[in-house]
Amino acid sequence: MAVLAHSAGESGRARRPNIARERSPFVVALHDAGITALIAFGVLLPLIGFQTVQNINEVLVLRTRWPLLFSLVAIIGASRFVYAVSVAPWLARRAARPVAAAPPGWRSLVGRWFVPFAIGFVIAYPAIVLFSAGFRGALKWVDNFGIQILIYVMLGWGLNIVVGLAGLLDLGYVAFYAVGAYSYALLATHFGFAFWILLPLAGILASFWGILLGFPVLRLRGDYLAIVTLAFGEIIRIVLVNWVSLTNGYAGIGGIPRPSFFGIPFTADDNGFAAVFGLQFSPIYRTIFLYYVILALALLTCFVTVRLRRLPVGRAWEALREDEIACRSLGINTTNTKLTAFAMGAMFAGFAGSFFAARQGFISPESFTFLESATILSIVVLGGMGSQIGVAIAAVVMIGGTEIMRQLDFLKDIFGSTFDPTQYRMLLFGFAMVAIMIWRPRGLVATRSPSVFLTERKTIAADLVKEGHG
Amino acid sequence: MAEAIDTLLRVEHLTMRFGGLVAVDDLSFEVRQGHIAALIGPNGAGKTTVFNCITGFYKPSEGRLGLRHGKPAVWDALDALTDSGARRRIHPNGTLFLLERMPDYLVARQARVARTFQNIRLFPGMTVLENLLVAQHNRLMFASGYTLLGVLGFPSYTRAERSAIDKARDWLNRIGLLARADDPAGDLPYGAQRRLEIARAMCTDPVLLCLDEPAAGLNPHESAELNELLLAIRDEFAISVLLIEHDMTVVMEISDHVVVLDYGVKIADGAPDAVRNDDKVIAAYLGIAGEDVQSVEAEVGL
Repeated sequence: MAVLAHSAGESGRARRPNIARERSPFVVALHDAGITALIAFGVLLPLIGFQTVQNINEVLVLRTRWPLLFSLVAIIGASRFVYAVSVAPWLARRAARPVAAAPPGWRSLVGRWFVPFAIGFVIAYPAIVLFSAGFRGALKWVDNFGIQILIYVMLGWGLNIVVGLAGLLDLGYVAFYAVGAYSYALLATHFGFAFWILLPLAGILASFWGILLGFPVLRLRGDYLAIVTLAFGEIIRIVLVNWVSLTNGYAGIGGIPRPSFFGIPFTADDNGFAAVFGLQFSPIYRTIFLYYVILALALLTCFVTVRLRRLPVGRAWEALREDEIACRSLGINTTNTKLTAFAMGAMFAGFAGSFFAARQGFISPESFTFLESATILSIVVLGGMGSQIGVAIAAVVMIGGTEIMRQLDFLKDIFGSTFDPTQYRMLLFGFAMVAIMIWRPRGLVATRSPSVFLTERKTIAADLVKEGHG
Repeated sequence: MAEAIDTLLRVEHLTMRFGGLVAVDDLSFEVRQGHIAALIGPNGAGKTTVFNCITGFYKPSEGRLGLRHGKPAVWDALDALTDSGARRRIHPNGTLFLLERMPDYLVARQARVARTFQNIRLFPGMTVLENLLVAQHNRLMFASGYTLLGVLGFPSYTRAERSAIDKARDWLNRIGLLARADDPAGDLPYGAQRRLEIARAMCTDPVLLCLDEPAAGLNPHESAELNELLLAIRDEFAISVLLIEHDMTVVMEISDHVVVLDYGVKIADGAPDAVRNDDKVIAAYLGIAGEDVQSVEAEVGL
């Protein structure tokens, strides 16, 4: 009631400014907290305050949960009060402070050394893990963290070509990943082709499907493009589910041949990798080999993308994102430019897909749901569209974060044995996205680095760079 | 064909309808080699529609748009080309194009007609230099072996890129933007963006440069600079310029030939001085002409 009385008094504030000035920050915060608690009450009343349950007679009855509701409202109000008293004035003081003229030296130092350090680290990663966790423990770290993250880094970089450079919003990217995976799985199980032959073939097949998708969507923009690409992703998945005679439907394809070390299989027998090199057999060798394969593929993706950005085709992609009509007025065939973007992006997804099939040894349509497309797209968006480093960091955070949540067994001691931290994955992703979109609306690395310069390479502020037509 | 001896662009019976609206009605005019031709008229007269037809952004409802490269003699093949249904005819001494049959990007690439836009269409998030390199896309694309040789880092592409940068540097020097080559185009002041758009169009090596209101939003000093730039383009590169303009100081000072449109119909065509004194033009711009005032007043009953 104090809140209501207070807000009634507020209407008189304009007429009596001297009184308003006298209000202490404590009262202002109390007012603020009161309003927040009221809103929380309004929102939570139907969500938490009421609950329907079936009683013994199987009749729905309405139950109220007042203690829970009021404690939540109290927590929200109190948090708001603390925020208004302590955090908000600090933020205001910080905003009022003049911005430092020179950028801090450590930032440019980090900028210069980050990429070489990161590449060195990922190359040394299996060795580091082997030394610190031993043979048995290293398997998890190399496989769940290393390989899993690198697959998504590669997919993120591939999608970055389509979304970040060419500005074409593709919500069905996982379709090409699926094409690559099934190409490898089917051709390897039926015809026995080797991994290294099927890897480029899967890429070619996926880029062929990329072009096939590209044709109908050439004239579409924005939301329409997004919807059609989304539908395409679903079509591929549903075909995989229903074409049982070819793909074995939901049951998936098992027994996919694993890649060998240039002809030497990773088996325990005498011709196996361990025996040939005089080592004791361990599944870790295959995992480390796969790690380096996906690392090489990811670096290839990055290298080609960086190279393409400096070539006319890459500049045409970016120009297409900036202004399609201007592109056409300069004699650029926008049809071909869009198709090459789709094809290149799809090709890398195809590589990643065939690697995925080879690593798992089993694939089913479950692995290629819309959620995967959404994850890859959110990696690109969170990382900063068009930025290679940003996408890599976002992939590490998002996929690594998921994996870490799987490892947090100690939480079961706190919340009980039924608590599964991975169930809160999407919630945390959502929080991360909201936070990123508030503080860095254009992603982690929002600036654009020009592909060519005359005297000095200056980064381009995000607000000038267009996001494309969709 | 004697009078068409150095005609570069020939617009014949151009008509453009949007549903029931006739935006351009049976328009015919010619642009001569190395001339600056101005297309003027009140707002909504259909000038930009004519531009969009010439540059392939619209497909005209009717009419023929011929453009020649090389010797004027290729005009003799115009009717044969029209009957053949092809887009262009290549002769030993030149090529003839029918622009109405070509999509927009081929008009720019093959027929080499470059254009600018009324509302500036630069690539704002790319640097000034990158904007000029995108304009040289097709040559660089060929030099990079359609990307294949470029990815592998063949020297032929490096050379081609260096010469493209030299050309861009040349144009930046000319328009006074060399110092800002590495700044994003979206950061430039308005006048500089207009000049950059013209330089970008020139980097495509055009034979005909179509400028849609290049002086819009420029101050008198900048307009004077623009005049110099356009005259230099005409005189040094022997390129024909077709411009839409409302700024009469620009139109009257630099154009060799003025075409006046009103409601999609051509009402005057000739030298700037003749057009300026044309009764119909004055009527279109000012309502009615001086000597008509009395007769109109009589009609209305004053």
